[in-house]
Amino acid sequence: MSDLFRVEGLTKNFGGLAVSRNISLSMSAGERIALIGPNGAGKTTFVNLVTGQIKPSAGRVVLDGEDVTGLGSVRRVRKGLVRTFQVTRLFSEMTPEEHVTLTVLQREGNARRIMSRFTGNPEVADEVEGILFTLGLLDVARRTVGELAYGQQRLLEIGIALALRPKVLLLDEPAAGVPSSDTPRIEQALERLPPSLAVLMIEHDMDLVFRFARRVVVLAAGEIIFEGLPSEVAANEKVREAYLGNYAHARSVA
Amino acid sequence: MQVIAPTERLAAVPSLGKRWLRDAIGVILIIATGLAGYWLLPDNLALLTRVIAIALLVLSIDLITGYCGVATLGQAALFGAGAYAAGIACVNGVTEPLTLIAIGAVAGAVAGLLMGSVMLRAHGLAQLVLSIAIVQLFHEAANKASAYTGGSDGLAGLMVSPLFGVFEFDLWGRTAYLFGLALLVVVFITLKFVVSSPFGMLCRGIKEDPIRIRAMGSFVFPVLLKMFVISGAVAGMGGALAAISTQVVGLDSVSFELSANALVMLVLGGLGTLYGAIVGTVIFMGFEHIVSAINPFHWMTMVGALLIAVVLAAPGGLSGMLDKVSGSGKARKGGRA
Amino acid sequence: MLRPSIDRTATRPGYSMQTILSIAIDAFAYGMALFIICIGLSLTMGLMRVVNLAHGAFAMIAGYIASYAARDLGLGYAVAIFLAIIGTVIISIPLERLLYRRIYGSPQLTQVLMTIGITFCIIGITNYFFGPTLKTIPLPGSLSQPVDVGFKTIAAHRLFVMACGIIVAVGLWYLIERTDFGIKLRATVDNAAMADALGVRTQVVYAVSFAIAIGLAALGGVVGAEFLPIEPYYALRYMVTFLVVVSVGGAGSIPGAVVACLLLGAVDTTGRYLMPEFGNFFFYAAVIAIVCVFPRGFLGRAQ
Repeated sequence: MSDLFRVEGLTKNFGGLAVSRNISLSMSAGERIALIGPNGAGKTTFVNLVTGQIKPSAGRVVLDGEDVTGLGSVRRVRKGLVRTFQVTRLFSEMTPEEHVTLTVLQREGNARRIMSRFTGNPEVADEVEGILFTLGLLDVARRTVGELAYGQQRLLEIGIALALRPKVLLLDEPAAGVPSSDTPRIEQALERLPPSLAVLMIEHDMDLVFRFARRVVVLAAGEIIFEGLPSEVAANEKVREAYLGNYAHARSVA
Repeated sequence: MQVIAPTERLAAVPSLGKRWLRDAIGVILIIATGLAGYWLLPDNLALLTRVIAIALLVLSIDLITGYCGVATLGQAALFGAGAYAAGIACVNGVTEPLTLIAIGAVAGAVAGLLMGSVMLRAHGLAQLVLSIAIVQLFHEAANKASAYTGGSDGLAGLMVSPLFGVFEFDLWGRTAYLFGLALLVVVFITLKFVVSSPFGMLCRGIKEDPIRIRAMGSFVFPVLLKMFVISGAVAGMGGALAAISTQVVGLDSVSFELSANALVMLVLGGLGTLYGAIVGTVIFMGFEHIVSAINPFHWMTMVGALLIAVVLAAPGGLSGMLDKVSGSGKARKGGRA
Repeated sequence: MLRPSIDRTATRPGYSMQTILSIAIDAFAYGMALFIICIGLSLTMGLMRVVNLAHGAFAMIAGYIASYAARDLGLGYAVAIFLAIIGTVIISIPLERLLYRRIYGSPQLTQVLMTIGITFCIIGITNYFFGPTLKTIPLPGSLSQPVDVGFKTIAAHRLFVMACGIIVAVGLWYLIERTDFGIKLRATVDNAAMADALGVRTQVVYAVSFAIAIGLAALGGVVGAEFLPIEPYYALRYMVTFLVVVSVGGAGSIPGAVVACLLLGAVDTTGRYLMPEFGNFFFYAAVIAIVCVFPRGFLGRAQ
C-alpha cells in the first residue's frame, strides 16, 4: 500500500538551534496517528513545516506521490493538506454558516467572484448544512463566533478543515482549552471524520489519544524517540525520561 | 448515515431577505436626500455635486480600509488620476459625459492597480508611508507634466457636451448634480453587491485574519489587489465627476490633504458600512462649508478636536469600528499562545 | 523643505568640486537637523509603539516659542533654545497624560487619527495666537558668520547644527545603553508587564521617554528653523517627511535614523540643486524604492 503522505528527514535549524531533527514519518489513507511529546518538543513547528508555513533546512514532504516541499502553504492546502490551529483562528463577526460557506466556495474556486451571491446556492447550502450537522453546530449556525462557547469554536475549526475535503488532516490540539465537559463532543466529531482521511493529531489529553490513535509518535527535543502502539508508549523508557527527565532518574536512584 | 430530520435542517429563514429590504430603504433614503438637496438648495448645487464626488472618493477608501483593513492616506492619487484623465480627454475633444466618467474609472482602476502593487508589499506603518509617498509622487508628477496637466494652474475650461445629447450642463449645475446623484446611486448599489458577494466575504476575512484565509487555501495578495482596482475605479469616477461639474482640474485633487480629509470623513461616518462614507462626507463638508468660510484655521481646530473626541469615544460606535480596521494589529480576543 | 539659505557658490549646475562640497555640507546639516527632530519620533514609535504624527507639531511649537523669545523679548539665542525646550515639554505633559496614555496599546490607525487630530488642533491654535506669517529665529552674531575650515567657508550655523546632531546621537546612545534609565527603558520595551512586576515604574518610564522625545523635537525645531521655516502649516507640511524618515530608518534605531536622515537629506538636497524643477519627485520615488526593498526600514526592529 503506497503512502498517502510522507515526510523524509525534515530538519529545521534556527541559527544554531536545531528545532526539528531529521524527522521521518509516513501515513497511509485512513490512518489515525497521535503526535505527542513534552512542551517545547517541536510539535507545532513540525506542523508548520509540513504545511509550509516555515521552510525546512532539509528534508522533503511528499503528498500522494507528489513532492510538495517547494510549494507554499496555500498550494498545499489546495492539494489536500489541511491543518487546524492550536488557538482558534476564526472571524469573530461571522457565523459558522458563513465560515463553512466561504470555505466551500473557496474550495470550488468560487470565493473570489463578485457577480455571484454568497448565499442561496442550494448545493453549497446542502454541503454546509451537512458539515454543521456532523459537528452538532446546527443550532448555533447563525450566531456570530464571538457568541459561541470555546468548545464550539474548536468544532468549527474542524468544520472548516472538513469543508476543504482534505486528504491529510493535521489537528493541532483539538481539545486544548476546552472544558472537559465538552470534550466528548470533540471526540464525537473526530469519530465522524471521513474514514479515508489520514489524520495526525497533536494532543496532550491522553484519554483522547488512546481512544483515537492507532499509532503514537513521540517527539522530544525535535526528534522522534518512539513510534508504536498506544499501549506501548507508557512503558517505553525513553518516553518516560523525555517527560519526566531527571526527576525519574533521581527517584530511581534514591 | 442518519437521515436528517426536518426539525434539524437549517431554517430557510430569509435572513437575506431582511438585508435586502434594509438596503433598498437605504438607497431610497439616499435618493430622497439627494432630491431634497436639489429642491431646497438650488443655489448650492455646485457644492453639492462636489460633495457627491468626494463621497465617491470616501466610498473608495471604505472599500480598502473599512472592508479590507488596509489603511491609506494616499487615495487622492486615484481620485486625481480619474480627474486628470477625464480633464485631459475633455481638452482633447472627448466631451461626452458618460465616456468621461468611464475614462475616469479606467484611469482610477489602473492607478489603483499600481498603487496596490506597491503598497501591498509592505505592512503596517511602512504601508501607510508608501501610500503617502505615492500620492505625493503623483502630485509632483502632475505638477511637472504641465504640458498635459496645466501644472499648478491646472486644467480649465472643460467643455462637456450635453448628457444624452439633451441635457446641457448649465450654469446652475442642475444637470451636473442630478447626473452625479444618479452616478452615486448606481455605484452605491453596485458596491453593495460587491461587498455581499463571496469576494466581499473574503476581504472581510482577510481584514481580520489573513493567516486563516491562507489556511483556507486562498491567496491574499490577488484578492486585495482586486479590491484596489475596484476602489480605484470608484475614486476615479469621483474625480471625473468633479472635473465635469467644476470644469476645472487642479493639483488639489491629487493631494495628501485631500486623502487625509477623506479618511477623516470616513472615520466620522463609520468604517465598513458604505453608508458611513456618505454620511461622513455630507456632515464634514457641510460643516466645512459653513465654518471655514469664517476662518479656515478654526475649521482645522474643530476637525482636530472632533477626531480626538471620536478616538476617545467609548467602545462601540466609531471606536469599535476603528479597532476592527486594524484587527490584525491588535492582540486577538481569543488569546495567543 | 529647503529654503533659499542654500549655500550656492556655483552658478552653473556643473559638477565642480565646490558644488559637490556645497551640496554635501548642506545635505549633512539638513540631515542632522532632521535627525534631531526625528530621533524622538523614531524612539517613540520603535520603543513605545506610538505612531505620533503630531511630533512635528511639537517641533513647530518650540520654533514659535524661540522666535517669540528671541525677537519679541530680545533674549539671547541660547536662552531662546532653553525656553523653547522647556516650554514645549511643559505643554506636552498634559497631552501625554490625557491623550497619549489612552492610545499606547491601540491599533495603528487609531493612533494615526488621534495624533492627526492633535496636529490639526495645534495648527489652528497656533495660527490663532501667532497669525499665519513665517516666524524667523534671529541667529546670534557668532553663528551668522562664515567659518573658514581650510578647503571651504561654511556658515557657522551649519556647523552648529551638525555638532548638535552628533552630540544628540552620542548622548542618546549613552543614555539608552549605559545608564540605569536606559536599562529600565529597554526592559519596559521588551516586556512591560514583566518590568512592572520587577518594580520598574513603567508609567514614569513612558512619561520620561516621551518628554525626552519631545524635548529633542523642540531642539530640532529651533536649530533646524533655517531649513524648515516656522509657520502654522509646518506641522502638516513636514509630517510626511518625518514619518518617511522614521520608516526608512527603522523605528527605534539610532544608527538607522542617522543613515536615513543623511541619505534622504542628500537625496533632497541634491534634487534641489541639480533638478529644482522636479521638486520632490525624486525624493518620493527614492522613498518608495527604499521602503519596497526594506519594508522594515534599514535597521528597524520587527514590528
